[in-house]
Amino acid sequence: MAAEPVKRVTDIGPPHYGKYLPPVVKANYGKWVDHEILEPGVMVHIAESGAKVYTVRAASPRLISVNKIRAYCDLADKYCEGFLRFTSRNNVEFLTAKAENVAPMKKDLEALGHPVGGMANSISNIVHTQGWVHCHSAATDASGIVKSVMDALHEEFTHMRMPGKLRIALACCLNMCGAVHCSDIAILGIHRKPPKVETERLPKICEIPTAVASCPTAAVRPANISGVNTVEVIEESCMYCANCFTVCPAMKLNDAENDGLSIWVGGKVSNARHEPMFSKLAIPYIPNNPPCWPEVVDAVVNIVKIWSKNAQPYERMGEWIERIGWPKFFKMAGIPFSREHIDDFKHAGLTYKRSTHIRF
Amino acid sequence: MPEQKFPDKLQELKSGAWPSFVKEIENAAQTSPMAKDLYGQLNQSYNEKIGHWKHGGIVGVLGYGGGVIGRYSDLPETWPNVSHFHTMRINQPAAWFYRAEDLRKVCDIWEKRGSGLTNMHGSTGDIILLGTTTPELEPIFNELTAIGFDLGGSGSCMRTPSCCVGPARCEWAMYDTLALTYDLTMTYQDELHRPAFPYKFKFKMAGCPNDCVASIARADMSIIGIWRDEIQIDQDAVREYAERGLNIQSVVVGRCPTRCMAWDSKELFIDNENCSRCMHCINVMHRALRPGNDRGATLLIGSKAPIMEGALLSSVLVPFLEIVPPYDDIKGLVNNIWELWAEEGKNRERVGEFIQRVGLANFLDAIGLEPEPEMIAFPRENPYVFYRTE
Repeated sequence: MAAEPVKRVTDIGPPHYGKYLPPVVKANYGKWVDHEILEPGVMVHIAESGAKVYTVRAASPRLISVNKIRAYCDLADKYCEGFLRFTSRNNVEFLTAKAENVAPMKKDLEALGHPVGGMANSISNIVHTQGWVHCHSAATDASGIVKSVMDALHEEFTHMRMPGKLRIALACCLNMCGAVHCSDIAILGIHRKPPKVETERLPKICEIPTAVASCPTAAVRPANISGVNTVEVIEESCMYCANCFTVCPAMKLNDAENDGLSIWVGGKVSNARHEPMFSKLAIPYIPNNPPCWPEVVDAVVNIVKIWSKNAQPYERMGEWIERIGWPKFFKMAGIPFSREHIDDFKHAGLTYKRSTHIRF
Repeated sequence: MPEQKFPDKLQELKSGAWPSFVKEIENAAQTSPMAKDLYGQLNQSYNEKIGHWKHGGIVGVLGYGGGVIGRYSDLPETWPNVSHFHTMRINQPAAWFYRAEDLRKVCDIWEKRGSGLTNMHGSTGDIILLGTTTPELEPIFNELTAIGFDLGGSGSCMRTPSCCVGPARCEWAMYDTLALTYDLTMTYQDELHRPAFPYKFKFKMAGCPNDCVASIARADMSIIGIWRDEIQIDQDAVREYAERGLNIQSVVVGRCPTRCMAWDSKELFIDNENCSRCMHCINVMHRALRPGNDRGATLLIGSKAPIMEGALLSSVLVPFLEIVPPYDDIKGLVNNIWELWAEEGKNRERVGEFIQRVGLANFLDAIGLEPEPEMIAFPRENPYVFYRTE
């Protein structure tokens, strides 16, 4: 590594996947016919040829050190001919053609502190964002809440005893890098105060038309304040999305006292049974309470419990709530219904109840 | 851990059954002063309930307009080792398969020149290398390309495409998601590395309607595998499921969204013309039921998170397309869409928002597609029709 490469190359793209496929996968690529989940976190896929590949899936905090990756690599060398993969929910997976490797591999992963599970009717890993670890617009941390929630729910990762799948996601602001808008349970960081405009600094570091155009509700307007061309914010029109802050750092929204979390429920991306759905507001606001956010953990655990107790087999959160109705959901969850639950953005009228189909 | 005036709150997140990110930061901090100061600044955030990062400033590698996210501490005097803490996005191999030998090389580069902390992986799919300084960017880039890796996308560009595990390990892959992902990534290297769009544009390839990469919620173009002919039924295997105690009537037939199935305790009947290919029955009885053999994908367009005109799910653009290399029909369509959107889209307007603004019918006219009833949930309910006179 000491010598610089002689010729600088660009636009080479990622390594071709072909050289990273385990031999059994390469040999049976596109020829899989069936699979079976053998135990939580362990499955086998069977190919036309009769060949089998066993997969062991383990939890990961997503934020991992190079030494942890090296530990994964050592396991890959020990059991999987030097190959491994990661999943779309940030779990790590080890694939092997040898059934006898499964038990020791599972043991090694658990010894490393990484529970094995996350398959079938379980809670898989929480997809999440950077939070205070690395983001400028975060209204909360991401990793700490994920850790606290999964510490409370880890047995649902390592078991398969829920009515259906349950997918939790966390985003630390409305930008939703974690795309939480279609999750069974979404934990969403929110700001609740309009941006504080640094009048003097703003014209030096921001383009005023860009800052104005960034606002979805036209709350940011050009203004001349004491001879300085800057912007002003119509506070009653602001819904704290932070889009202006993203294009203009002189419009800071982060606020230690007022930032916090909201909880959303009933979204899904899979087309199985019900079409994909957005998550809908359950709890408008929970204050930030680091390091363990006990109020958020309690709220999530409570929703998981009432769903797992009452949903029918295969019913996702949103399908269950659609069957029982939202009033009953709020009642069962013990969540007070408030004015924040009623939509007032575009097409809000489509969310009003437009029938007498009311359950008493 | 570094001396600081705040109580060490992060220690509370080291116990518990779930793997701890705090232990990971501590591990990296043994050799990296950056990771050590990251710990300190994060702990300060935990005490003050506020973040301490600033964005802004153009940082990157020569000839690229993206792939590096500039990040700076707003407390550079307290935490000097994270005064610059830029993220590098590295284009992941399709479906996140790795050879340990090569992944170790990435680790060695990052340990030497960065914080030693990563995300495996970021939301769009890239390997995320968290935290380095501006002077290290070029050397890191050169060392990464020397081992066969390249940067991913950031800013108003085609973002790094990603896909599900597909035919590598799934019997439900209706097309080769890895091959298409790799091909699009290579075809559009210029669009990936040199942002020239109104805003970001994401591709996600899902092999079947279960959509394990959340493509319908997270991609401007969602390419979701589907089949057109009949579900293949093995009636003996269906009866085996029943014998083993599966309540087919309630769990399979009763949950079919189009009620296109019947079960008389001997035979399972499927009215395939009314099947919406939702996957539920196949998911439950995968040994007995398999998708048909006339396979391809549905192309959908426009999903995104809320900022700024509200969240959108992707909607159908092409109900069915065979997915075969060299994928000229997909690329032709993509080029037409990009050309139109680049010309007419507003700054920071995603293609889904653009379609909402101009109307799907006008969008179809402009990209040369005929309207089809599969594209809508239902026809318009209002009579404000802009009739065209010949």
